[in-house]
Amino acid sequence: MYRYDEYDQALVDQRVAEFRDQTQRFLAGQLPEDEFRALRLRNGLYLQRFAPMLRISIPYGLLSSKQVHMLAHIARTYDKGYGHFTTRQNIQFNWPKLETVPDILADLASVEMHAIQTSGNCIRNITADHLAGVARDELVDPRPYCEITRQWATFHPEFNWLPRKFKFAFSSSTTDRAATRVHDVGVHIVRNETGELGYSIFVGGGLGRMPMLAHKIREFLPEADLLSYLEAVLRVYNRLGRRDNIHRARIKILVKELGPAKFTELVEAEWAQIDKAAFTLNPDELQRMKAHFTPHSYAAGADADRSYAAALAADSAFASFVRRNVREHRVPGYKAVFVSLKPLGVAPGDITAAQMDLVAELAKLYSFGEVRATHDQNLVLADVAQKDVYSLWQALKAAGLATPNIGLLTDMICCPGLDFCSLANAGSIGVAADINDRFDSLDHLYDIGEIKLKMSGCMNGCGHHTVGHIGILGVDKKGEEWYQVTLGGSAENDASLGDRTGPSFSRDEIAGAVVRIVETYLGQRRDEDETFLQCYRRVGMAPFKTRLYSEDAVAA
Amino acid sequence: MSEFIRNTEIAADDFVALADDQPLPATGRFIVPLARWLELRPTTGSDVVIGVSLPNTTDIDTVWTALADRPLIELQFPTFGDGRAYSQARVLRDRYGFTGELRARGSAVVVDQAVQLARCGFNAYVLRADQHAEEFLARLLSTADTAWYQRPSRRRLPATARQT
Repeated sequence: MYRYDEYDQALVDQRVAEFRDQTQRFLAGQLPEDEFRALRLRNGLYLQRFAPMLRISIPYGLLSSKQVHMLAHIARTYDKGYGHFTTRQNIQFNWPKLETVPDILADLASVEMHAIQTSGNCIRNITADHLAGVARDELVDPRPYCEITRQWATFHPEFNWLPRKFKFAFSSSTTDRAATRVHDVGVHIVRNETGELGYSIFVGGGLGRMPMLAHKIREFLPEADLLSYLEAVLRVYNRLGRRDNIHRARIKILVKELGPAKFTELVEAEWAQIDKAAFTLNPDELQRMKAHFTPHSYAAGADADRSYAAALAADSAFASFVRRNVREHRVPGYKAVFVSLKPLGVAPGDITAAQMDLVAELAKLYSFGEVRATHDQNLVLADVAQKDVYSLWQALKAAGLATPNIGLLTDMICCPGLDFCSLANAGSIGVAADINDRFDSLDHLYDIGEIKLKMSGCMNGCGHHTVGHIGILGVDKKGEEWYQVTLGGSAENDASLGDRTGPSFSRDEIAGAVVRIVETYLGQRRDEDETFLQCYRRVGMAPFKTRLYSEDAVAA
Repeated sequence: MSEFIRNTEIAADDFVALADDQPLPATGRFIVPLARWLELRPTTGSDVVIGVSLPNTTDIDTVWTALADRPLIELQFPTFGDGRAYSQARVLRDRYGFTGELRARGSAVVVDQAVQLARCGFNAYVLRADQHAEEFLARLLSTADTAWYQRPSRRRLPATARQT
């Protein structure tokens, strides 16, 4: 993984000192509250409903064991003993005290971490495929390009005061696991027809109250030209993005109002005038970055192991875990193992300090000391020899981290909701728990298969509800929590936005409504191989609507 | 009263902002809005020095020919969070090679944005009224040796190599 050099470390240390100064000036009354707000947000610090919330950056979701131990230390020392992994592959702490935040940042800096640009109207954490470097369908490892982009974006002097927040995602595989089409900029690493490496650039996607899919504005950008092109995109946005209305300030609105063709023309015109040579990624620089992500020293002949197959045959609980939580690795004999942060009764993405320490140790033992956070709010140990998967499973299981539900309905994405977030209209964690309760047994009975259920506590859509196969959005109606439901969204290659079912459901009705949706699917599907999304796309909204809003259903 | 910094020194501002209804004196140093400059331009005598102030919505590409010989350009930050003038500054310095005085004025000309202003090519600062010039200067100087990931606007470095 990427390791800091002295320059990286100096920049992070400098920001800690600067933030300490800003906090002291604020506490001494020398810095106006609204300005401290803008400055602290650039360091991931919100002042929330109950306490500050600190969001820590995990570039493209990659962590070392040492860093995970530090997150555990922070959870124990400054918080209430747990943390919350987010849909941007970051982690949030919900209970730190404002005065201690500079100390937390100093602790993070000691393990090459920070909270820089995790909030505010600037370029946010760069996200990527959580199986980067190990996926079989991958063209090249996207992480060197993510790191190059991270560095370009960090403290960029021109783009620190944009109209609104700005999010990048990278993908380099045939299956888009990074939801690139719902980002401000999605970068697909591709080869053109002559075999040269480069990028397809998508701009203007986003969730929130006006969900949109990104438009492809460039079919092929040569590998060396990434940063000059991104400069052009950001400059057009910084100059022309709307600043009169916070709800119309994202780049997706600019792209929509100008039209993708006109927007593309402006970017190309800007790019034509930029001194591209000054931004060129030269081969030495690319090589230096790629050297940080060389493959691990995998054991030869790892696939000769027979114990894995034997354990699968002998232990049905292990087989169930493997079926749901283990993915193939490009190296024969290795597996990518998902650690589920969605057990029954726990808020999605939450993890205790003890669990963090355990995951860090297991990563050291079995996965080259690296852990990845996914945008689905789970963790991955991506490089586990198949002979070790059984031992790893047993250790995870004993700590409540082996729920075999990756990709299933109970593996839902969920924001912190009203319970923690000052923006939320409605609780989401309690609803998640209710739905979990209703499905715990049903899932086993019917083998419902892959359903992505995503839930947000407000229009801001942190829970990505609009791209959920089933999406749930909390809304406030005269002081009561209600829930709108959408069906048929997707954030993968076949990206689409969900359709509203109709009137919203009350807090008491919502879990039952999800049950009826799933029952409708079970009744409509051709066979067990037809997934929820395929089925919905084939039969449409009508049967779901009938079942959801018939008198019987409402009475029940 | 706003304090003024030019080239990392606290200085007296030797330009006067000329209101639209004020006639242009025969001698002196003045800053006028872009629209007024476009009117005055053909008639200005050599004893008067005129700098131009641009709104942050101006597209530099469309007005550069009228600005190319100016000794001073002033850019505006109407609110603390409105960063449009950063892009204008970069275009003036990087694209057109403007070498005159580039001034920042407005709500963002504060200690906490000092370094970004300098890095985008500003070299003169009309501080917001509540700001202290010593603190602003101290912040500017404290990062003079920082090796940023991006090239400074006025120093050309090889591609992505950083300063060593």
